[in-house]
Amino acid sequence: MKALTTEQIRSVIARGKLKDSIFQAVGIFCLVVGLLVILLLVGDMLLRGIDRLSLDFFTNFASRRAAQSGILSAWVGTILVMFVTALAAVPLGVAAGIYLEEYARRNWVTEIIEINITNLAAVPSIVYGLLSLGIFVYAFGFGQSILSAGLTLALLILPIVIVSTREAIRAIPAMIREGSMAVGATRWQTCRYHIIPYAMPGILTGVIIGLARAIGETAPIITIGALTFIAFLPPVPFSTTGEGTAGLFDWVMSPFTVMPIQIFNWTSRPDPAFEVNAAAAGFVLMAMVLSMNALAIWLRYRLRKNIKW
Amino acid sequence: MQQIENKEVPPLKAEARSLNFFYSEVQALKNINMPIYDKKVTALIGPSGCGKSTFLRSFNRMHDLYPGNRYEGEIRFFPDNTNLLSPEVDPIEVRMRVGMVFQKPNPFPKTIFENVAYGLRVRGEKNRRVLDDKVEHALKGAAIWNEVKDRLQDLAPNLSGGQQQRLCIARALATDPELLLFDEPTSALDPIATGAIEELVHELKQRVTILIVTHNMQQAARVSDYTAYMYLGEMIEFGKTDDIFIKPQDKRTEDYITGRLS
Ligand SMILES: Nc1ncnc2c1ncn2[C@@H]1O[C@H](COP(=O)(O)OP(=O)(O)OP(=O)(O)O)[C@@H](O)[C@H]1O
Ligand SMILES: [Mg+2]
Repeated sequence: MKALTTEQIRSVIARGKLKDSIFQAVGIFCLVVGLLVILLLVGDMLLRGIDRLSLDFFTNFASRRAAQSGILSAWVGTILVMFVTALAAVPLGVAAGIYLEEYARRNWVTEIIEINITNLAAVPSIVYGLLSLGIFVYAFGFGQSILSAGLTLALLILPIVIVSTREAIRAIPAMIREGSMAVGATRWQTCRYHIIPYAMPGILTGVIIGLARAIGETAPIITIGALTFIAFLPPVPFSTTGEGTAGLFDWVMSPFTVMPIQIFNWTSRPDPAFEVNAAAAGFVLMAMVLSMNALAIWLRYRLRKNIKW
Repeated sequence: MQQIENKEVPPLKAEARSLNFFYSEVQALKNINMPIYDKKVTALIGPSGCGKSTFLRSFNRMHDLYPGNRYEGEIRFFPDNTNLLSPEVDPIEVRMRVGMVFQKPNPFPKTIFENVAYGLRVRGEKNRRVLDDKVEHALKGAAIWNEVKDRLQDLAPNLSGGQQQRLCIARALATDPELLLFDEPTSALDPIATGAIEELVHELKQRVTILIVTHNMQQAARVSDYTAYMYLGEMIEFGKTDDIFIKPQDKRTEDYITGRLS
């Protein structure tokens, strides 16, 4: 092939650059459209709900009068359910992920397990709700409680935790594992001193993404029977209630409601005043999700700072 | 294989006997017989892909970490005449006696101190005094103590490449291995760092037997007492380094050393 002249080289570059800038423009456009839609939604919710966003809104129970109605039982319920969810999903998911990456032999059994974990992530959430209604609510007798809800959502996000644990472990170079094994470490010592700490930023990110998904779930929670109207809080440990002193874990068996159910309930009321409540509560829920994501980013940054190879 | 006659034969540290190795179906080592002499440096040379790393990694059972790998034959380890490859011998026990330094420095993303102390911790050592002592001793042994003694709590990956590699040597030395394996330890380093490592290898053989893979003929000639030439998974020639480099017996060894085949 004959060498190109300088003019030809320049025209080739010019053509390439044109495509470069076209793609750049398209990319920026798509990005802006996506961001704008979210901003508009959140802004719109804020504008419509701003009148209700006062301290009272957070400290009042739901009531028949829209202006005095608040989200106390909903945000407390959401936080408690998330707590149970995290407590159940993190150890299970992380241990399963570590086992699959570090211990399990590659054979057809693990292949099938792997395919199923990926599929689990795609199961509609209502199916988890039906499953939990049968297992947690009736078979185990946990009833329509915070415990049932937390475990249901834990099942729902388990695949996310497992997959992100495995991905975080896979990002650790083989030479680190070999370096540990080469001085005579067992698999568990390698996991405990190296694999788990180095995978932690990725695991935490996965956990928080999972919780952010769970926090907005409505269908499975309705299925297992969360209340839509509730004017009391779960018993605080060791506080005095009507039936004597509450135990440390009595709250897990308490009936509850959560933010998305409260919102859903308000939007279905005929009185338009409740729409303001729904918008305000929607904004609070959105703020909860965003602050969880911010926490994930911050944690990842903090933990990653000291990990490099 | 042709073995050159030696008058005084030093004591054996290890010996490969009819060693075959398979990556699943692929045979990477073919009937290797070779002695490793005690407190000597043995260099493994040969063209890329001939099986040097595979052979080296058999000595600490590194291949056991991956499924499908299979050994045949023996590696006898002295003075106790253990077969390192025997299924009854726990690979962890083998790795506690045989240390390894890798091609690319692989310090853990932890402090300098923790990197060196790791092998001791794995063995259950908790006494702070003992740890301090042994870490210092190992860092001195790896000729890096003076550079890091004031920054033991710094993160190891912030060291330069040459320092990282000496730190990895210290990590391997801290647990007093009987045999130390080096897989091209200087291929990622500049000439000065390389010189420092070579000097270190030379000093270390007072204490420990060394098996080193290298692509660099001069390096093999400089640091080793014995040299083995491998080709396509076979051991072509083994002998004193001087003999191998001055009058190789096999045509293939000669071609490789003189650069006609590489
Ligand atoms: N994990 C593996 N699976 C299958 N084959 C492998 C594997 N590792 C190495 N091999 C093959 O085994 C042979 C020997 O490889 P080895 O890494 O021991 O060579 P080497 O002499 O160390 O080469 P280099 O000087 O390039 O490091 C090569 O043909 C290589 O392709
Ligand atoms: Mg190699």
